[in-house]
Amino acid sequence: MALMKVKFDLKKRVKLAQMLWLMYWFSIMAGVLVFSMGLFFKIELRKRSELMDNNESHFVPNILIGVGLLACFLNASGGKICYDSLDSTKFVKWKTVLKPFLICCLFFNFLLIVTAVMCFAMRIPLEFTLAEGLKNGMKYYKDTDTPGRCYMKRTLDLMQMEFRCCGNNNYKDWFEIQWVSNRYLDFSSKEVKDRISSNVDGKYLMDGVPFSCCNPSSPRPCIQQQITNNSAHYSYDHYTEDLNIWKRGCRDALVSYYGGMMNTIGILVLMVTLLQIAVMIGLQYVNTSLSTLVNPEDPESESEGWILEKTVKETFTDIMAKMKAMGKGSQVDEGANEEAVATVS
Amino acid sequence: MVLLKMKFPFQKRVRLAQGLWLLSWVAMFSGAITFTMGAFLKTELHRRSEVMHSMDIHIVPNLLMAVGLASVGINIFAGKVCQDSLDPSRFPRWKTFLPPFFCFSVFLTSLLLVAMILSFALQPSLEESLKIGLKNGIRFYKDTDTPGRCFQKETIDRLQIEFQCCGNTDYRDWFEVQWISNRYLDFTSKEVKDRVRSNVDGRYLLDGVPFSCCNPASPRPCIQYSLRDNSVHYNYEYQTEELNLYSRGCRQALVSYYMGLMNTIGPCVLFDFLLQMAILVSLRYLQTAMEGVIGQEDVEIETDGYILEKGVKETLLETKEKVKKLLQFAQVGDASATTTDAQPEEEKPATA
Repeated sequence: MALMKVKFDLKKRVKLAQMLWLMYWFSIMAGVLVFSMGLFFKIELRKRSELMDNNESHFVPNILIGVGLLACFLNASGGKICYDSLDSTKFVKWKTVLKPFLICCLFFNFLLIVTAVMCFAMRIPLEFTLAEGLKNGMKYYKDTDTPGRCYMKRTLDLMQMEFRCCGNNNYKDWFEIQWVSNRYLDFSSKEVKDRISSNVDGKYLMDGVPFSCCNPSSPRPCIQQQITNNSAHYSYDHYTEDLNIWKRGCRDALVSYYGGMMNTIGILVLMVTLLQIAVMIGLQYVNTSLSTLVNPEDPESESEGWILEKTVKETFTDIMAKMKAMGKGSQVDEGANEEAVATVS
Repeated sequence: MVLLKMKFPFQKRVRLAQGLWLLSWVAMFSGAITFTMGAFLKTELHRRSEVMHSMDIHIVPNLLMAVGLASVGINIFAGKVCQDSLDPSRFPRWKTFLPPFFCFSVFLTSLLLVAMILSFALQPSLEESLKIGLKNGIRFYKDTDTPGRCFQKETIDRLQIEFQCCGNTDYRDWFEVQWISNRYLDFTSKEVKDRVRSNVDGRYLLDGVPFSCCNPASPRPCIQYSLRDNSVHYNYEYQTEELNLYSRGCRQALVSYYMGLMNTIGPCVLFDFLLQMAILVSLRYLQTAMEGVIGQEDVEIETDGYILEKGVKETLLETKEKVKKLLQFAQVGDASATTTDAQPEEEKPATA
């Protein structure tokens, strides 16, 4: 009892082969698309690797690149097989390869599904990496004279302006670190001495943020210093003021940016998987329809095509039986060896 | 005296027609690209229209878009003529259309050169327009509560951040304008009263700039206020400090941005122009060569192709004569109407 049996005459076979050839071309383009998206994702991660402490995992984009290339290769071969299937002399050389090729395609489709799931799941490790990286980035903001960290200020400033965010969780993170370098602090002034002696580590902390936190949409010129001190500024109440500086934290902003990108890529990979499954089923039909010709000599005879020769349950039990037989075969060999050893000794 | 005569045997004619057909497809794409580049330039100019006072410069992208579209049509027509030229029975129907078509296409193609020249010639006008626009933008920076001007602050801030520039000519333009609204000034404080009294118009002027002038590449946190006072900031000397704010003025930044865009588009437009002229010249040769074949029994004879049947001077004289005749015909039409009115009057005295 075959699974989804369909009758095929010559015209139908030819149509199937032509349609499948066209679909393989689309699949090749889809493979190129997956490859380029993996590349794009990799470049985006590299661009902000300083904020991720150079610790980010490039596993997902690398897999996408590999899968894209493999898809192109498999689909190109599939297309060639389709093209040759219309000519019975050319098709003969593919007959032996076809079954292993189809099994390869099946495993490849599983790999695609796993890749899509990983795209969606990568958000979680990314969030942790970003939290750590941003915290360190803010710590090194003032070290513009230390080699290796001298660009951290610029990177953070540009990132806060581009993603419209301030600090790690929110702007108050800037109050807890010293972001003004000691080179620009006048240690003879009373104010500086007071601030430094007010905390255990001797850091110059203040309730101010860098200029890159400023929101251009604010109706008033930006208030960066003494943010929590209402009396320092005319007509200002920091509890009700929302437009002055960016309210969002940079970790949230970056995670939603990368998350959005990964969701889109994941959905696209799922659509490519569907396409790949469709062409795989089509190729199986081509294979079976060409191997069950009623009259093998006459190319115009009728034939039948199916997805599986027996039902799913029977195919599964067959595979299990085969594997058991293989396992038993090796056991019998061992048993024979033991007996031989026993008889010798 | 024919202009640039060339001999065309049958094979050469066929090759010319085929090559021209292929070239017309390439030129069609080139025309579409010219159109897209014109559209892109127009959107870029439109995006910053708030800081531009006049729209004179928009003629360049408008010309590019119009000629791009027209050249797509011209090349489709040329391709059709090429296809038909290989069949002598179908070619004659294009005979009447071709001369006006040539005049029209040459005129349109020369507009591409005009657009290129204008893009250089209008640079002073663009600069002037930006100067006035930016001056107004900086003046109305503080008016975030006035309808119609409430977005000036955001526009100028985003412009300065994106183009990495400060002020009109440079950052000192901000010292001459009150950019902090009176709503946020405490008029009871001594400092505010001093500053307001220190100038004739009663404006609150200070040696400070908005935050959008800050340069992220500076090693120290941004100094926006008291820029001219070295004693307010530790280890600071305004005469030698270069990285604190953006040193470029926004007018220069925008002009060089737009000139850069037009310089990139220039070579593509030039290429399109040369391609189009090559097609028109080849089409003229094909037309004149095919005219020798029309009416002949043997299609495969050798014919002559030329650009102009007589020399340039003679052709101009002929066209002048033709135009005069057309005008005269119109005048004669008027004259005959007036003479028929005069005749009955002459007949009357005779009968009387």
